[in-house]
Amino acid sequence: MLNMIKRLLEMLFPWNNNTNSRSHAKSRLKLIIAHDRASINPDMMEAMREEILDVVARYVEVDREEMEFSLCNDQRMTSLTANLPIRQIKRMCELKEQIKENKSLDLQQIEITEIELEAEVKPNKTSI
Amino acid sequence: MSRIIVVTSGKGGVGKTTTTSNLGAAIAKQNRSVALIDADFGLRNLDLLLGLEERVVYTAIDVLAGECRLAQALVKDKRLKGLVLLPAAQNRNKESVQPEQMKKIATALAKGYDYILIDCPAGIELGFRNAISAAQEALIVTTPEVAAVRDADRVIGLLEAEGVNKINLIVNRVKPWMVEENKMMSVEDVLELLGVPLIGVVPDDEKVIVATNKGEPLVLGEYDSLPAQAYLNIARRLEGEKVPFLDLMANQGNLLTRLRRMFGG
Repeated sequence: MLNMIKRLLEMLFPWNNNTNSRSHAKSRLKLIIAHDRASINPDMMEAMREEILDVVARYVEVDREEMEFSLCNDQRMTSLTANLPIRQIKRMCELKEQIKENKSLDLQQIEITEIELEAEVKPNKTSI
Repeated sequence: MSRIIVVTSGKGGVGKTTTTSNLGAAIAKQNRSVALIDADFGLRNLDLLLGLEERVVYTAIDVLAGECRLAQALVKDKRLKGLVLLPAAQNRNKESVQPEQMKKIATALAKGYDYILIDCPAGIELGFRNAISAAQEALIVTTPEVAAVRDADRVIGLLEAEGVNKINLIVNRVKPWMVEENKMMSVEDVLELLGVPLIGVVPDDEKVIVATNKGEPLVLGEYDSLPAQAYLNIARRLEGEKVPFLDLMANQGNLLTRLRRMFGG
């Protein structure tokens, strides 16, 4: 009897139970369909995630807790979306320290870009 | 120029056979000739839904074995001119037919009929490959449920890989009152997920079960029943007509929902 009254109340006032299973179904499907379409197995996905993060982490400090990494699909197109909140952009000197260990990166190239950046800034200062 | 269309879904139990039988009848009602092929060998049911089960003599297997001519195996529907069924064998399994053989049968039928509808079995194995082998286009049947939509997406991918690019979607068993309460995905939700054009929306209706009980396609019964109208509309859209989709939400103005709206729901 109590159950019946409860059900009747739920039918009349659906906002009492905030279970929106419709959006739940949709968001779950979005994710799983994207996975199915891309057919990347979870291990591969994890490996890719780690590698991308390693590269990004060399230049900026990433908030590992807040980041999102997912396959999205839109109109039969699948795309990889990485949302990496940046805590801090690393200083040039820090970068050099790290790069010393990694010979594959062209250190000179980075120094040149830094100099160019400085050069752009300087004239502004003099004009003021 | 006749059209060979496969009705498929991946998942079982979403209404492929019901769709094939009702759509076949609806097409025949538009004065078009249509041959229905039951590709579900071993689990044939199309004959039952059409109410033709007692008149099945030969099956597709007999045709392939050369035991009868194709025309002999076709069961003509006496209620609808232009509607015939090629039954599947019930005592064989899916492996008893090869894609090439199915293709041969469908192409032979295409010479005499405007539409060839192939009722595909569930799954994506040989039975599926047989059913799609001759198809130029596909109708995907799905329901607004997670498993059905996921499987539909998989099947769409497989069809595209096989070069079947004309794919249309039928969303079956929609319960408008559940959609309104956010308890079921809407047709728009399903469309957004699958990304193929919509050709029909069929509401969930007890009349569908009653019609299958009797072995009588819906379009033969009450003309104004909502699902019957939905199937007739699909038949017209197949012909290229622009028919607006049924407004399923319009019927939801019952006392309960009106009461709820009064309270600001």
